[in-house]
This record gives sequence, structure tokens and C-alpha cells, in this order.
Amino acid sequence: MNGQAAKALVAAAAGLLFGLGLSVSQMVNPAKVINFLDVAGHGDPTLALVLGGALLVTVPAFRLILRRSAPLLDGRFHLPTRQDIDLRLIGGASLFGIGWGLAGLCPGPAVVASLSGFAGVLVFVAAMLAGSWLASRLS
Amino acid sequence: METITPFTPVTGLLGGMLIGLSAVLLLAVNGRIAGISGIVGGLLTPSSGETGWRAAFVVGMLAGGILYAVFAGSLGIALQAGLPVMGIAGLLVGFGTRLGGGCTSGHGVCGIGRLSQRSIVATGTFMVAAVGTVFVARHVIGAGA
Repeated sequence: MNGQAAKALVAAAAGLLFGLGLSVSQMVNPAKVINFLDVAGHGDPTLALVLGGALLVTVPAFRLILRRSAPLLDGRFHLPTRQDIDLRLIGGASLFGIGWGLAGLCPGPAVVASLSGFAGVLVFVAAMLAGSWLASRLS
Repeated sequence: METITPFTPVTGLLGGMLIGLSAVLLLAVNGRIAGISGIVGGLLTPSSGETGWRAAFVVGMLAGGILYAVFAGSLGIALQAGLPVMGIAGLLVGFGTRLGGGCTSGHGVCGIGRLSQRSIVATGTFMVAAVGTVFVARHVIGAGA
């Protein structure tokens, strides 16, 4: 198997774990996400445990992984290098947060939820792709 | 359209750990960050050598959802907004994540995972914006409904 094929296989396995994680934790359900964000309403703190569970794994494991000089199948780690807090970061995160609050969907859950075939999710994903493309044209 | 959902700490923690494991696998073997907005958005502006693994990741994600739905019966999705709002929200999420360089997974799980200051600030910002948006939508605009 060549390098590209092996990397694609690993990415598919990682995608499978990710899709399972989003489904098991019910983060694909916008009602659960919005109830977490609704601090003045009924409330459902599950999302905090999802993020917490993920960080419980990534924080220690990333430390160990990044001590190595390179990943197993690539010559180097492809990590963001920017350190500055600029308007694009804050503005982009703010716009994302507004959209996330309106729909209860962020990119990963939206992709998985599109399996439902619900028109609302399909419209969301189509608009998300358009928005991402638009922003890439401005860069 | 408001749906009450019960607190599910065990499946929440378990699902979160699976997401963390996914990010660990992708970083340890491929040296890549599991940021979904970047993976999906990157497919729209392909660069050589990047399309294969990104497409494979998305296919894997969909397979994960299907696998869960087969055993659980469904994905259990209850939408909370109508079509026009979903369209506007999708546009904001796509534009904002590309501009801000990440979403809940890229900044939230992976960025905080490597203690990146940019990601911690971005995560705090989108959390506050989302909480504010839900407050306005449910308790200010929606209060009379």
C-alpha cells in the first residue's frame, strides 16, 4: 500500500471514530446542543462532558505525540503556526457562534446529521459550504 | 419547537472520548488536526495531496453515523429552527469557521488539546456568542411565542 492510500485509510478510521463519538454523545441533535447553550432555560449540561471527555484524551496524548519528531506516516506535523489574536479570529469565531446558536449545529454534527435527509440540515450544509467558499475567496 | 432533552453524562463522556481518540489517531499517524471545518472546507478549495485523506475522513464520519443509527434505530435529531434560519445559520457557520480558522473540533478539541492561546480565545468567543444568540432567540424574541 502506498503512503497516500495508508493515510486515507487512517483518516477514514479517524472519521469513523469521530462520527460514532458525535452520534453516541447525541451532539448530532440540535435540541441537545441548544439546551446546553440555553443557560436561562431547561439546561442540559451534556455538551460540557463531551468536550471534557475529548480533552481528557487529547491534552495528555497530544503532549506525548508532539514530543516525537514526526508522525508515523508523514515527514512532519501539520500544525497551525499563528500565535496572534486578531480581528479575523474574534470576528470569525463570533459569526460562527451566532450561527451555531441559531441552528444548534456546527460543522461535524451537520455533516453526520445530513444522513437524516431533513431539509433543514441539507439547507444548513449547503449554506455552510457556500459560506466557507465565500470566506476562502476573501483570504 | 423547543425540545426538552435529558442530561446524559455517560454517553456524553464516552462520545467525547471517542472524538478525542479520533483526533489522537489522526495526529499521531497522519500528523493532521481533526478540524472538521478545515477538512470539509478544504475539499472546496483542493490542494494536491490533501483531498484524498479529507474525503476519506468525511466518508468515515458518515459511516460512523450510519453504524450508530443501525444499532440505535435512529440518530435522534430534533431540529429547533425553520428553513430560513437554518440557511442563515449555515452561512454564518461556514463563513465564520473559515475566517476564524476552526470550529468546535479544530479550536475546541484539538486547539485546546495542544493548549493553543488562539484556540482558547476562539472557543471562549464562539461559546459566548452562541449562548447570547440562544438567549435572544429563546427568551427575548421567543418570549412572547
